[in-house]
Amino acid sequence: MLSLGSGGAKSTKPSFVSYVTPEEIKSEKDPPKQEKHPDLLPGEVEFCSANPILKYTQDDLSQRGVFGTLFCTNFRVTFISDEKPQEKTDKTFKNKLYGENDIPLMCVDHIYGVYDEKRKLITGGLVKNKYPSKMIIHCKDLRVFQFSLTFSKEEDAKKIFQGIAHHCLEEKSLKCVFAFSYMGTPSPGTDLSFCRGFHCKNKPKLSIVLTVNSTFTLTSIFFFSFFFRMINAVAHNHLYSVKTEDLSESLPNIQDIQQSYNKFKQFFLIENSTDFWLSDVKWFSSLESSGWLDIIRQCLQKAVEVVECLEKDNTNVLITEEEGTDLCCVISSLAQIMLDPYYRTLMGFQSLVQKEWVAGCHAFLDRCNHLHQKDKEYHSPVFLLFLECVWQLVHQHSPAFQFSETYLTVLSDSVHVPVFSTFLFNSSHHRESVMKAESPLAQSGPLSCPTVWDWSVQFDSKAQNFFFNPLYLEKVKHDRAVRKPHKPKHQRNLSLPSTAFKTPPKKGFFKDETDSLKKMLRVKRLSRWRGSPDAPAATTREFFESWQHRPLDYHGLLLPCLDGPAVHIWMQRYLRWIPEVYILGGGSVAVMTKLMELLSQVQDLKRVLEQRDSSQAAKLDHRPYFQHRLLSFDSSGRLSSSFPFAYTCYRSFKPIIPTGLMQSLMVTDSLASQEDEASSVVSFV
Amino acid sequence: WVRVSGTEPPAASRGPQHKWLPTAPGVCSLLFVSKDVTYICPFIGPVRGSLSVTNYRLFFRCTDREPVFGLDLPLGVLSRVEKIGAATSRGDVSYGLACKDMRNLRFVHKEPEDSLKKSVFEVLMKFAFPVSNNMSLFAFEYKQVFPENGWKVYDPLAEYKRQGLPNESWRISKVNDHYELCDSYPAALVVPVTITDEELRRVSSFRAKGRIPVLSWIHPESQAAVVRASQPMVGQNGRRCKEDEKLLQAIMDANAQSHKMFIFDARPSVNAAANKMKGGGYESEDAYQNAELVFLDIHNIHVMRESLRKLKEVVYPNIEDSHWLSNLESTHWLEHIKLILAGALRIADKVESGKTSVVVHCSDGWDRTPQLTSLALIMLDSHYRTIRGFQILLEKEWLSFGHRFQQRVGHGDKNHTDADRSPIFLQFIDCVWQMTRQFPAAFEFNEYFLITILDHLYSCLFGTFLCNSEQQRLKEEVPKHTVSLWSFVNSQLEEFVNPLYVGYPSHVLFPTVGIRHLQLWVTYYIRWNPRMRPQEPVHQRYKELLAKRAELQKRVEELQREAANRTASSSSERAGSPTRSITPVQTFV
Repeated sequence: MLSLGSGGAKSTKPSFVSYVTPEEIKSEKDPPKQEKHPDLLPGEVEFCSANPILKYTQDDLSQRGVFGTLFCTNFRVTFISDEKPQEKTDKTFKNKLYGENDIPLMCVDHIYGVYDEKRKLITGGLVKNKYPSKMIIHCKDLRVFQFSLTFSKEEDAKKIFQGIAHHCLEEKSLKCVFAFSYMGTPSPGTDLSFCRGFHCKNKPKLSIVLTVNSTFTLTSIFFFSFFFRMINAVAHNHLYSVKTEDLSESLPNIQDIQQSYNKFKQFFLIENSTDFWLSDVKWFSSLESSGWLDIIRQCLQKAVEVVECLEKDNTNVLITEEEGTDLCCVISSLAQIMLDPYYRTLMGFQSLVQKEWVAGCHAFLDRCNHLHQKDKEYHSPVFLLFLECVWQLVHQHSPAFQFSETYLTVLSDSVHVPVFSTFLFNSSHHRESVMKAESPLAQSGPLSCPTVWDWSVQFDSKAQNFFFNPLYLEKVKHDRAVRKPHKPKHQRNLSLPSTAFKTPPKKGFFKDETDSLKKMLRVKRLSRWRGSPDAPAATTREFFESWQHRPLDYHGLLLPCLDGPAVHIWMQRYLRWIPEVYILGGGSVAVMTKLMELLSQVQDLKRVLEQRDSSQAAKLDHRPYFQHRLLSFDSSGRLSSSFPFAYTCYRSFKPIIPTGLMQSLMVTDSLASQEDEASSVVSFV
Repeated sequence: WVRVSGTEPPAASRGPQHKWLPTAPGVCSLLFVSKDVTYICPFIGPVRGSLSVTNYRLFFRCTDREPVFGLDLPLGVLSRVEKIGAATSRGDVSYGLACKDMRNLRFVHKEPEDSLKKSVFEVLMKFAFPVSNNMSLFAFEYKQVFPENGWKVYDPLAEYKRQGLPNESWRISKVNDHYELCDSYPAALVVPVTITDEELRRVSSFRAKGRIPVLSWIHPESQAAVVRASQPMVGQNGRRCKEDEKLLQAIMDANAQSHKMFIFDARPSVNAAANKMKGGGYESEDAYQNAELVFLDIHNIHVMRESLRKLKEVVYPNIEDSHWLSNLESTHWLEHIKLILAGALRIADKVESGKTSVVVHCSDGWDRTPQLTSLALIMLDSHYRTIRGFQILLEKEWLSFGHRFQQRVGHGDKNHTDADRSPIFLQFIDCVWQMTRQFPAAFEFNEYFLITILDHLYSCLFGTFLCNSEQQRLKEEVPKHTVSLWSFVNSQLEEFVNPLYVGYPSHVLFPTVGIRHLQLWVTYYIRWNPRMRPQEPVHQRYKELLAKRAELQKRVEELQREAANRTASSSSERAGSPTRSITPVQTFV
């Protein structure tokens, strides 16, 4: 894997030539010795730093890099270049919390050290005395950083290496998470007020649970009684029409998901160009062997089956799994997105995540391994899996979604930003108890913490425009009256029994209850449910085909096509940091710019008109204002497909010529050596 | 003639046959009709209906199913017609049709009781393969008149003039006016001014099939040229030809910016070396000083044919979902696409970034060479990304320079195992499609345009892709007796326009050739699978976008007019600073 600059690279691989040795650079850049410090966030504390550190520039074949200082704080690892910041490229999509050279501690996935040309995975509690010459950091958002530690003083290098290793890899307690230091300054928008805002629109019963959060004993009792009420209803009134679906029987378990994702992500953690072109060769079979796309397909498939029960067979579905907070969340949220266009709007989607995942007690803290626990059993990228599935839907039916893939990508990154409380806990109960305990002033009530949905914490309003899909077909307003009587039946049926069931302190009790209820249901279930377990794919296929024959309504039922060629890789998320695949002047940004340009023209003119109309101007409209002129039209030709994530302005406009093509395609059969002209003999002139 | 709505396939049923055939009576003779035929559809099972065959197409319409289902395909698309098994006791005969457009069809029907009546099998064998039966292709009988004459699209002299040729370094030679120098080359050739026609004749004896190095394209600023040729006849003894060496030197000298040139041999080096055994080979660096030889490792027509055959196995009729990716990989189709694109990219890079002239050749210079030169030209010259420019590119690099369409496609020829058949042109169109995916706003044409070209590559409705060379087309008087595909296309351009097109002038496109960014052209190769059909056919979506754009533009104009009116009427009253007002705009999308 590792071959940057290694003299021992195998002769078959093209080896790298370093045009400028790091020493040369150093001698040039010796004089400027200015103390630089990162701009700290409120509550952020600097732990240690080292200078000079060479950060290799990834998009370069040579070992060139930038010198600077590496810091480790309680929030992030950050690198500050010694060089004067080059002409400030106007970044329209800048994260306010962390920049391109910042790695939030939670975002660190793995750290590798290079000792004598050999790469080793650094695990916690490592090697007290030896520090590596080079440190490679793989991030959970798939960035790869490479730092050379050989230029700074030995003790500095040791200190920064050990500091980073300690803070990124050692198991720590929840209260050490940066969010608790950041919370000192309360922000106006807290999670709960946000939830309330979201839920008033839908009024599912669950929202009561969300807002009545003072006593969790009450909540549990409420759930308990509600559950029995529902079972009663199911058992007596609608006995003939319920189906239980045990997800742990039909879908991969969380360990499978974790393993598969670990394999999958390796293909995108590219450290250099040789690795890239080597992995390009067996690309499709490598992807397949990871099984990740197959898991996505299975989840979508299951969600379609659930939707089929609800839509076609009018059967209630009770989805269960051991804890009811992993795949149940995935399947029930996916089904709701397919059924209800509200969840395809930005606000709707956020309320869905808040409802099914956050309030639904998905164990974010354990699953994302925010605390670097050694016990691997509980880690699993379940939420990411859900976002992947949503991305497939967005990709296939773009006009149906108000939010863009950029939004999903940012959301998947935000899980690892330890500023928000949204994805920091295992359940609402957990949150409450921790917040209460951590509150410095017990009498002033629980601490408040910014929610991830307050996007202004991370992006200014201009950047937030990238969250909106310019292709979205908004529902025509006057249809609202028609829509009203239609009460989506899934809201009640789907989400309750499966999610929010387990609260950590009462694990055994609830599990037993679910088991016995499951049994009860199985006994009483009548077989109007005709799907045989052998061929679920065939029936959903039929369901999909019949849906496909109907005229497409982006505000109605939405089903994904699940055939092999229809399931794609989430290119934006996975390829955004790999310069070899940047399409300069291409990618969807070219199309989006054009659409946005037109939209902005219309908007500008409308504004001009309204400005003229003084009577209108008086009552300002408080609806959100989307500015569509994000980029100058001419510049779009020079942007790359990685936009808005990686900027390539500083890169020369040169093509990326693949290396190692020779190995790529060895056609061994006799056809390759056959003469082109099969019938005629080449003339010997 | 009946028109069926909701027929399969969407692309073929939208072709010109529906629009134009009914208005050209007499041409289309009904040869076979049967009311009771079963079509064994691989996706929805057996379908009963009526089958008719004319001298141009086969038409099936189901009678027992909702929604109405039909098949409508030109006979030219058939590569093989065969009986499957013997007649059953019930007198049913079953036969299969293998098509060039990635599908196989199977029909079962009763043997006609009237023995005088020809069976559908005989009719198909005769009219699907007219060339094997000494009949003329349907294109020669198709007499539709279009507002525009597509045969006039390409005028070699006008195209060279657009490139600024002839100039002080390059001249247009008439040495091949009567196709005596090279019968597979066009009449007009652009060569360095310093090389005489006599020298060209000597060079022609040194290059395979007489295909001498001639200019394809010249960079408007650097004067770096893209030159195409066939392999030099070096042989085992390493023969040399001083005129050929002089010609290449002259090509290098014509570009003052660089004292070097690149020779791109499209073949893998092993194959190029193996060609020496048969008298061919490649330029030695001794003989051609200052020239650097690069092998591009693109495989031959047989490998490509086999790859497509495997691809068809993988995608038709059923796709194995769980092994889709490894099955796709095992066909190597996308890897071949990657190599071709990578080769073209290297050529374009040398010309654009290196300001160096390049010579491109393979063995004969009519398969891999046009793939590479035309792709490089699309990257380098935005003109070729317009609809008409692309037509010119095809006419020039493929048709006039003698890509052997007749041989590679096998128009009207029943010999389906012919080893000369190969999907070289399809592969090129696939590469173009990959580029349109990567640069969605850089091409004036849409996907439907590319699919239409491929459909009529096989249909034999138009004369464009008939014959093997310019000389043959003139001899057969193809332009006189047939209609050009471009007549049809240019008479309804709006169908083929990409609404998102932004004509970045003088903008070079460098695509990414990593396999991560290549994808299988599902809407072409898997279009017969009803599940893989896009919810709305792509061109329809395009049209919708076009309409949306027009609507938006109209709105903009309306508002502008309104604004202008208001300004005129109210500026006198309200000159003060206006309050900012905020409006949502999402409603318009």
